Amino acid sequence: MTATDLEMTLGPLSQIPPGEGRNFEVAGERVAVFHTRSGGVFAVQANCPHKNGPLADGLVGGTTVICPLHAWKFDVSTGEPTSFTASQAGGGSCKLKTYAVRVDENQRIVLTLQVPEMVEAVM
Amino acid sequence: MSKKKKNLVVIGNGMAGARTVEEILARRGNDLFDITMFGDEPYGNYNRILLSNVLNGSQQEQEIFLNPIEWYRENNITLHVGVYAESILRKSRCVLGADGSIEPYDKLIIATGSRSYVPPVDGLTLPDGQYKPGVFVFRTLDDCREIAEYAKNTRGRAAIIGGGLLGLEAARGLQNYGLQVDVIHRSQHLMNQQLDPQAGAILKSTMEQMGIGVLLGKNTTAILGEDRVTGLRFADGSVLQCDMVVMAAGIKPNAEIGQRCGLRVQRAMIVDNQMRSLDDPDIYVVGECAQHRGHVYGLVAPLWEQAKVLADHITGANPTAAYHGSKVATKLKVMGVEMAAMGITEPVDERDEIVQFTEPRKGTYKKLIIRDGRLVGGILLGDISKAAYLMQAFDRNTPLPEDRLTLLFDIGAPSKKITIEEMPADMQVCNCNGVSKGVIMSCVKAGKRNPKAVMEATRAGLGCGSCKSIVTEIVEFACGGEVEEDPSVHYYVPGVPLAKPELIKACFEKDLKSVSAVFRELAGGKEDPASKPGLASLLNTIWAGEYEKEPDARFINERVHANIQKDGTFSVVPQMAGGVTNPAELRRIADVAEKYNVPMVKLTGGQRIDLLGVKKDDLPKIWKDLGIPSGHAYGKSYRTCKSCVGSEFCRFGVGDSTTLAIKIEHKFKGIDTPHKVKMATAGCPRNCSEAMVKDIGAVAVEGGKWEIYVGGAAGAHVRKGDILCVVDSHEEVLKYSARFMQYYRENAKYLERTYGFVERLGIEKIRAVVVDDSDGIAARLDAAIEASIAAYRDPWQEAYTAARPTEFASLLPVIQ
Ligand code: SRM
Ligand SMILES: Cc1cc2nc3c(=O)[nH]c(=O)nc-3n(C[C@H](O)[C@H](O)[C@H](O)COP(=O)(O)OP(=O)(O)OC[C@H]3O[C@@H](n4cnc5c(N)ncnc54)[C@H](O)[C@@H]3O)c2cc1C
Ligand code: SF4
Ligand code: FES
Repeated sequence: MTATDLEMTLGPLSQIPPGEGRNFEVAGERVAVFHTRSGGVFAVQANCPHKNGPLADGLVGGTTVICPLHAWKFDVSTGEPTSFTASQAGGGSCKLKTYAVRVDENQRIVLTLQVPEMVEAVM
Repeated sequence: MSKKKKNLVVIGNGMAGARTVEEILARRGNDLFDITMFGDEPYGNYNRILLSNVLNGSQQEQEIFLNPIEWYRENNITLHVGVYAESILRKSRCVLGADGSIEPYDKLIIATGSRSYVPPVDGLTLPDGQYKPGVFVFRTLDDCREIAEYAKNTRGRAAIIGGGLLGLEAARGLQNYGLQVDVIHRSQHLMNQQLDPQAGAILKSTMEQMGIGVLLGKNTTAILGEDRVTGLRFADGSVLQCDMVVMAAGIKPNAEIGQRCGLRVQRAMIVDNQMRSLDDPDIYVVGECAQHRGHVYGLVAPLWEQAKVLADHITGANPTAAYHGSKVATKLKVMGVEMAAMGITEPVDERDEIVQFTEPRKGTYKKLIIRDGRLVGGILLGDISKAAYLMQAFDRNTPLPEDRLTLLFDIGAPSKKITIEEMPADMQVCNCNGVSKGVIMSCVKAGKRNPKAVMEATRAGLGCGSCKSIVTEIVEFACGGEVEEDPSVHYYVPGVPLAKPELIKACFEKDLKSVSAVFRELAGGKEDPASKPGLASLLNTIWAGEYEKEPDARFINERVHANIQKDGTFSVVPQMAGGVTNPAELRRIADVAEKYNVPMVKLTGGQRIDLLGVKKDDLPKIWKDLGIPSGHAYGKSYRTCKSCVGSEFCRFGVGDSTTLAIKIEHKFKGIDTPHKVKMATAGCPRNCSEAMVKDIGAVAVEGGKWEIYVGGAAGAHVRKGDILCVVDSHEEVLKYSARFMQYYRENAKYLERTYGFVERLGIEKIRAVVVDDSDGIAARLDAAIEASIAAYRDPWQEAYTAARPTEFASLLPVIQ
């Protein structure tokens, strides 16, 4: 079964105030979408790899998000952990899953999901 | 022109392996070698000696890492993390990893350490060969986790086999999980490697006082239980019932990998003075898996010495470097008992003289063994104030002073300065990381002129931390009193390079009223997320109503006005001024709890009711239904004012504490402060509401007066407040509390509680400003806090008007 890219429109960017994040559920996956103060839009897995903290509720600055529960830090543009404790955990395997995301001409968020072909057929 | 680099492979990235590589890097190893490491454990390198702290809960797992994964990346080291090196092919000069990897080497370092020695007893395993559930060893982080997990679910009784350092540490750790713990030891006294029978006996009674059972002279022959541990049987036929057992009976070097490829092995792999295997000049061995002149060391200090010699030799930095063995002297803290031990524990030669002091009731014991005027053995228990001096004399074999009494006690202690000055350069200061005074001195010479920078560069003080104060003293000494302060220590927040007064000044001058404006104007546009809440708090303090709110600058709690819980739900604490409520209010709270299926309703330590486990989406509805203002239990702000019944009902009451508490709550609710401010009022000095240990407390005393206490604390830090002043009325309590609060708001660092603030400035200074108006700012302080009070809006009222429509949605709908 091969995977294909599927573009999904999530809704208007204006739903996410600059400097904050919100969660979406897409094709059964929870995704946190961040809208940075400089206008960037990034999407990563919704839950922190540490203890499932809701990353969308974290503090954002530049492309860094700080998890609201125990302050692990991640770069939302790459998914890489950026604080010492986060990068240390799990032998360095606690990278966040990232999703390709862009804003279209109507200022709507468009997320690219990798879906197995079967799912696409169903849709 | 550059010659091709050689391949260096290291097996094992524990304490010795990683340290050796660090030493090699420090000798320009990256120019000489392409370095590859195999590490069986799925982590970077951590400080194994701190595992006991992790087990007993005094340190978090994350705190003990020494070399994080990115350290390997940054230093161009290929780390096969979580990969066991299976064999060494000496003919084809490569190492085979269990994951199928093949790494060719020109030079190889074996640093496989050791594993726990498990004595052969019956009933250790199940028929499938696995350890019986409840049987554990204590060597790795994973062991530590498994022990903790089992202990949590077991309660009951635990037995530790082995009464050495490791066993006692494990015992202390397990006691913290509420288990009854017994230590089983084969020998006739505890820690027989380091202590003599007398010291062992003192330690035993100390342990027993702490509630730990000690069984001596017991040989375990079997572990009882069908499918999990239920007890132990001993050689004398007796039985001990227990639910888990931890093996801490010694270590066994991981030497098989050397044996299989034909290296000579006795207890461990045998090395020469350059730490090379006797059988292959390209294979080095270091750490607990190495045997040098018959010795296998089980402590870290000798490993550091070995690592240095190895690095000197392999890089050619010093081809004549040689290791001549280590004299083992240890300083330990076992179960809170400080001890130091070095050399022999009993006289062995007729020249040996003993100097001894015992005070068993206090748990103090000191014994020195002296031969020809030099120290050959020593035990210090309870009081180890002379340990540094004695360990040095032992290590360097220096002649001892004639007055033996001064060896055991400080008689007319010399001043500190002289001690540091007299300390020889090669004296080891940090025993965890093997850093000497000389290294610290040269680090300062090289330009690191403050303790923090020196500690980061040399790693001194970053092991168990007990030597931090000496390191600081040496840095101060080396700087000749001109310690350069690390400027960032004084920044109000890490992301903006200004101390609080300068930051306030800049905000006024440039008219900066929002957090984003501060980053733009004062931090070169670089947003530091960790600095945002502190800045928001400060701007709100200095601009009161004019502050431009940016919710993204606030921690989630202050964005949604509730406290985030471990599962992402929130807790809601309605205001309950002074802890006083009424049936109607209680009924509404009860209705809300039922309507929204609130999982737990609990009284808080702050005298109000907490609704825990509320879904984010329900928050606005709950506030609306409650119709009670926010209690601000989530904020870095004024929190709550507890009260006692006071003169209205209490037969001892001399002041009306409930009415005062209600007035306080209404005045200060929601005021932003550098950290939490908790208050209380007590109707008499019996202090039932604990007002003397609050940030601000008012205690009624005879004659209609109120004592105002500030800087009290009874959380992680306990401190009795200092009396700010004694006043005559509720109004005066409010006035001085408000003025103190504003002074604190303007002058404390972010996240500095009043207990730190009052101690830093001193109560005299604070009293002078707040009560006697020494700086002439009282009127301004009063006006400033009144402005903040006037700008207050109840966030719950504001929030359910939903100015930000998606604020409380835990999930946004996908709108195609
Ligand atoms: C709810 C409550 C426990 C309870 O069930 O009773 C509580 C809960 C928390 N306390 Fe507390 N503290 C509570 C009363 C106290 C008290 C007692 C008191 O207020 O009289 C103290 C000691 C007094 C003091 O602060 O000096 C107290 C000292 C702490 C500390 C230690 C502060 C210190 O520097 O010593 C922390 C940690 C911190 O602030 O960093 C803390 C932190 C916390 C946090 C906020 C931890 C966190 O960041 O999530 C807890 C939130 C739990 C949650 O999920 O809602 N809590 N905490 C109490 C709320 C009181 C209220 O009505 O507002
Ligand atoms: C709980 C505890 C408390 C201690 N307290 C103290 C103390 O207070 N003071 C003190 O001085 N010492 C103390 N020690 C001892 C100290 O930790 C050891 O002396 C030190 O860790 C030895 O370092 P090492 O590198 O030789 O071995 P280790 O640190 O064990 O490192 C060896 C590493 O190699 C890995 N490895 C083994 N074989 C292979 C292979 N074939 N392939 C890949 N990887 C492999 C292992 O998984 C391990 O990670 C304590 C030890 C423990 C367990
Ligand atoms: S003491 Fe306070 S911070 Fe700790 S668990 Fe209890 S409520 Fe949470
Ligand atoms: S859950 Fe994210 S840091 Fe702990």
